[in-house]
Amino acid sequence: MKKDRSINRREFINRGARVTLGVSLAGVTALSVGDSLSKKYVWQIDPEKCTQCGRCATECVRTPSAVKCVHAYDVCGYCDLCGGYFKPGPNELETGAENQLCPTGAIQRRFIEEPYFEYIIDEELCIGCAKCVKGCASFGNGSLQLQIRHNLCLNCNECSIARVCPSDAIIRVPIDEPYMIKGMFLENGEDAG
Amino acid sequence: MMKFKGFLKILFLLVLILAGILSAGQQRFPKPEFETGYEQPTPTTPEPRSFGMEIADTIILAAVLSLVTYFIIRKRSRRGVLWTSIFTLVYFGFYRNGCICSIGAIQNVALSIFDPGYKISVTVLIFFLLPLVFALFFGRVFCAAACPLGAIQDLLVIKPVSLPVWVRKTLGIFPYIYLAMAILFAATGSDFIICRYDPFVGIFRMDAPFIMVILGICFLVLGMFFARPYCRVFCPYGVLLSWMSRFSKYHLTITPSECIQCKLCSASCPFDAIEAPVVEKYRTDQVLNRNRNRFIIFALALPLWIVAGGYIGSRAHIFLSKANPDVYLAELMIHHPELKNDPDNIDIQSFLESGDSFEQLVEKASLVRQKFKTGGWYFGGFIGLVIGVMLMNQFILRKQKDYVPNRADCFSCGRCMDYCPVEKQDRNTDNQDDEFVNGNPPGTAFKNSM
Ligand code: SF4
Ligand code: SF4
Ligand code: SF4
Ligand code: SF4
Repeated sequence: MKKDRSINRREFINRGARVTLGVSLAGVTALSVGDSLSKKYVWQIDPEKCTQCGRCATECVRTPSAVKCVHAYDVCGYCDLCGGYFKPGPNELETGAENQLCPTGAIQRRFIEEPYFEYIIDEELCIGCAKCVKGCASFGNGSLQLQIRHNLCLNCNECSIARVCPSDAIIRVPIDEPYMIKGMFLENGEDAG
Repeated sequence: MMKFKGFLKILFLLVLILAGILSAGQQRFPKPEFETGYEQPTPTTPEPRSFGMEIADTIILAAVLSLVTYFIIRKRSRRGVLWTSIFTLVYFGFYRNGCICSIGAIQNVALSIFDPGYKISVTVLIFFLLPLVFALFFGRVFCAAACPLGAIQDLLVIKPVSLPVWVRKTLGIFPYIYLAMAILFAATGSDFIICRYDPFVGIFRMDAPFIMVILGICFLVLGMFFARPYCRVFCPYGVLLSWMSRFSKYHLTITPSECIQCKLCSASCPFDAIEAPVVEKYRTDQVLNRNRNRFIIFALALPLWIVAGGYIGSRAHIFLSKANPDVYLAELMIHHPELKNDPDNIDIQSFLESGDSFEQLVEKASLVRQKFKTGGWYFGGFIGLVIGVMLMNQFILRKQKDYVPNRADCFSCGRCMDYCPVEKQDRNTDNQDDEFVNGNPPGTAFKNSM
């Protein structure tokens, strides 16, 4: 009889604790949901905030980095003297490696018509070092920009680059609009960020 | 030509200013009008993994959890659990790269509670909740075979040694500290330490900073002898799971029917999670009285522990808050003003470029530090509470007649089930699971229980 009671008591306590834990779990859920849930975020670089510090190349958990240079053709001036392609004060405006700013030679220069040139990024080669982006931002239209490429990005719970980005340029964006490419993303309206 | 270009430039700038600073305002050169029919390419935008796939992951998690529950509670099959854990390791570990996981989701939940600007996503929330709900009903089935971190360690348990109770209990405090730290750092928006110091994620990705790879390998090697070191000494999610599991409705049982006190299972658990019966002759009035008195003394000391912990925690806030980038930067600039002229200090240079004033930064930083001060009280108080309760706990002599798993520590891996002769009698001929059983001679260690 006595034994039964102690077992009953234990079961009673257990049930009470279970209900309490369940309720607190529900409470935590409600608190964290707040008034709305989001679908899913991915990480992206806001090109207006990025200061081309170069950390994107080294801080990504992937090697080479999931960050690549993307050419926003829409804002490109197709300049002959491209600040993103050539080192400052190049000897000649031609494609010799010693003239190129990109350490991996990832930018291809193609003549279109006088006096315009097209610049294409070879993402296989690009390491996301932002050198060209800086050059383009300083001397050109800023059409070269960094973007996290989602075919490469693992979408870490906290992007390792975001933690060290000196400009807080790496932000969470909704999964439906995973890119912030100049020209394109401005057309989509400013709320894209 | 050049003149014309210059004119255009000025015109364009004017238009731009008039248009209101829409873009970066860097369009120095207008877009050319091509005559050769050149078509401007569009930048590619490779899609991220779709939301549907993320939902599929949660469904797979639910399926794996249900499967483990079936294997543990119904089928009583260690082999089933083993194969499930291999699947988990391959899918959630190596294929999904161990991200996102339920352990890390703690931080997302904490951040979404404390930062109104951050909205947690459905899938992360499900990853956080599902294992806990399962634990509330069936014990830590998540740890058994649905957690990739647990799986990789579990498969490498080779020659587990048994540790004295006091060592285990002391080590058991660390997960609480880790949990509290993770919440503190996440809630203040400073860092996601669980993700950053996840020792196995580098192995899953086959790509990580060298030091993290070394750490991961150390954990695995250690785990051959001290089974599941991460789970038992660090895992913050394990704390939550253990509390759910303590009161779980249906938990794994070692024996399918009645325990016959044969002791065969007592050394089968690589995690020292099986509790031996409390020998009745120890439960003398004298012992019970002594224990009761000590329990009362420690219970009275509990508030002291909390206050002391809180005090230490709040004192540590200056140190802890350095993990926050704003605080770090502000401190750096205050203590080393000369660095302002160092062109190589990227953080400071970027801050100077950003146009924010130093006062703004300091204000932001002191706000964060204030949060850390409050948080430090909770953090320390919580640790104090945990220590106090643990001390109290050791004086509770539970009435216990059989060999049972300690529900808090048991990972529901199912190894012990194979040791129970009662089961073997019942199943009679079915011996095929023996090859997965650990080679410890049964009944060699008498385990103290609390
Ligand atoms: S770390 Fe930030 S500022 Fe530096 S290159 Fe990357 S996005 Fe730009
Ligand atoms: S300079 Fe750097 S960012 Fe630009 S294309 Fe080359 S590697 Fe990529
Ligand atoms: S989320 Fe991870 S993989 Fe993606 S860019 Fe950031 S660090 Fe690299
Ligand atoms: S204790 Fe933590 S790491 Fe270990 S299996 Fe459980 S959830 Fe995974």
